[in-house]
Amino acid sequence: MIILKNLTLSDGSINDIRIDGGQIVEMGRISDSGTDCTDLIGLSGFVDPHTHLREPGFEASETVLSGTRAASAGGYSAICAMANTDPVADDSNLVERVYDLGVEAGLCFVQPIGAVTKGLKGLELSSIADMSTSRAKVTMFSDDGMCVHDENLMRQALLEVKKFGGVVAQHAQDPKMTVGAQMNQGAVATELGLTGWPAIAEEQIIARDAQLAQETGSRLHICHLTTAGGVEVVRWAKSKGIQITAEVTPHHLLLTEELVRTYDPVYKVNPPLRTADDNTALLAGLVDGTIDMLGTDHAPHSGEKKDCEWENAAFGMLGLESAASILHQVLIQSGAGDWKLFEEIISKRPAKLASLDNHGFIKVGAQANITVFNPHERIAVTEMNQSKSNNSPYLGLEFIGRVQHTIYQGQFSMMNQSVREH
Amino acid sequence: MKHLISIRDLTRDSAVALLDSAQQLSQVNQRTIKSLPALRGKTVVNLFYENSTRTRISFEIAAKRLSADVINFDAQSSSTSKGESLKDTAQTLEALGAAAIIVRHPMSGAAHSLANRGWVSASIINAGDGRHEHPTQALLDAMTIRQQKNSGDDLAGIKVLVVGDIEHSRVARSNMLLLSLLGATVSVAGPGTLVPEGIEAMGAKVYKTFDEALDEKPDVVMMLRVQLERMQKDDTFSTREYIANWSLDQTRLGLLGKETVIMHPGPMNRGLEISNQAANDPRSAVLRQVENGLAVRMAVLHRVLSGEDSN
Repeated sequence: MIILKNLTLSDGSINDIRIDGGQIVEMGRISDSGTDCTDLIGLSGFVDPHTHLREPGFEASETVLSGTRAASAGGYSAICAMANTDPVADDSNLVERVYDLGVEAGLCFVQPIGAVTKGLKGLELSSIADMSTSRAKVTMFSDDGMCVHDENLMRQALLEVKKFGGVVAQHAQDPKMTVGAQMNQGAVATELGLTGWPAIAEEQIIARDAQLAQETGSRLHICHLTTAGGVEVVRWAKSKGIQITAEVTPHHLLLTEELVRTYDPVYKVNPPLRTADDNTALLAGLVDGTIDMLGTDHAPHSGEKKDCEWENAAFGMLGLESAASILHQVLIQSGAGDWKLFEEIISKRPAKLASLDNHGFIKVGAQANITVFNPHERIAVTEMNQSKSNNSPYLGLEFIGRVQHTIYQGQFSMMNQSVREH
Repeated sequence: MKHLISIRDLTRDSAVALLDSAQQLSQVNQRTIKSLPALRGKTVVNLFYENSTRTRISFEIAAKRLSADVINFDAQSSSTSKGESLKDTAQTLEALGAAAIIVRHPMSGAAHSLANRGWVSASIINAGDGRHEHPTQALLDAMTIRQQKNSGDDLAGIKVLVVGDIEHSRVARSNMLLLSLLGATVSVAGPGTLVPEGIEAMGAKVYKTFDEALDEKPDVVMMLRVQLERMQKDDTFSTREYIANWSLDQTRLGLLGKETVIMHPGPMNRGLEISNQAANDPRSAVLRQVENGLAVRMAVLHRVLSGEDSN
């Protein structure tokens, strides 16, 4: 049994929470004993709609165990694992395998995402229906890393997931406009001599897919939105009642293309870092609800993939352990939003997106998935070391605000800033 | 100065000092015995991942005139074809005693990475990285302009026009930065598809046509090489149109002032970006550029390896 004492919830109320048998069994004023949470914020366990776990296939970069350790340290009780493993998670055996590895690790819920197309090749649909009825109960499908570029295939995928209320999560990147692209297109790319990645390559795919979602009446999710124009397109689509959701990554809220001037591939990411104006538009979109949620796009890479020339380096950066601290900085510390919005962005809406019914709630009778956040204490990024990889773009920085405890299925997966395997 | 990666590493004063030093060192090239003992016992490696006989030879002679030991490492045909990374190759060269590594690489930022990522402690000189920069080319161009225009320390008030494929040109980028740092007014003109977005941020004015740019009476016209090997893959590139619009042909040659300096980084495509007449014109400084390249590279090698300058 766990009792959390004096926890401040997102609505400002102060509660004790008693957890037993994996569930929240009592809330209110309970007892004088328990884990003191005075001045700490209690939120429904964080849910990441967008994680790369790298297992199977790239275990030198991350495994399900190391990735879920990083998730627990970051306050996540559930993560959605992208399909671009080797082999690709494009049939029921493969998604069940990742699902089982998550259960075995036991640190947070691992919800596999299925590939939209076989082998992420963009040529024919994967076994979407099989994956949805598998033990892994996949409802979200994505070719992330690759765009489902063929419009007819995208339409077929939307129709296919509609049958069971699923969703297609699109990595919006027109491949023809981004051949060899290395960074955001513009003056910085021009000076650095790196091939630019025009914003329109992202925006026109979002616009096309929004129309396909409208026509099919199906659900569309936009992965890692990065441009001010993209926010405008999603805003338009929502105004038309289209079933569209969108995520933004912590790094696209915080970092800009100026960092690429170092040619340090730790800043190389797909989609690329954009401009300060884009950061501003993304935050505004997050605050007004155009962007629904935070997705980390946690993308571990082993050392040699980054310790090389920019153009030879892999795309991607770590995200799970730093996400909440960054959201705290850009949303709470800046005064742009409150804890209710914070909880919506990092827990409730992504839980809903991935149909994770046990996540996103703190209430009596619910499975106990709770994150206790300490908004007062500092964290150095060097302390974020659970991942097998170290490609964090924030190394050397400190943030105010860190995860104190993470409770998954009624047990501490992180207690007093220390990950606990069971 | 430990490395030379980008013109952004220089100040106006350090650039002028390099040009002064190059001017002095150029006298060595007029002597019967063309060498100085300045870098005796130091090993300099030419690490070239792209074919460039001219630049490599220029660096090689420059290093030899300063009595350095020079090793040419043709990376195209050696370890890289076996999959060795730039980092490992550079570390190997350093283990063999390289004090300076002169690197030419097809990827933008390669020289920057060698200098700044803690891979090696040798001095790094950028001999051209992707389409990013070619700083010694810009320095030799600045030196040439300074000589031809007798302009004193810097290039204040001089109007330079750069014409051609700006998009893929590291020569253009380094020149825009250096010549404006030295007080010149830099303009560029080229086909719309070959003038990249945001180039104005590097200090250049953009003209839509060659003729409009010539109306401004530039003091220097720098023609860029058409990178044929690249253009042949581009379906939209038409040699005929390029010549009509962007070649320094006989007609345009006639529009230049008497004192206008014609420059080209070489190798020239005669009849394409530059007509035979323009290449042979007495106003052409092309061979002077090559000569100055030697002096500038001596000055840069001396600066990075002598340890006299802590900048």
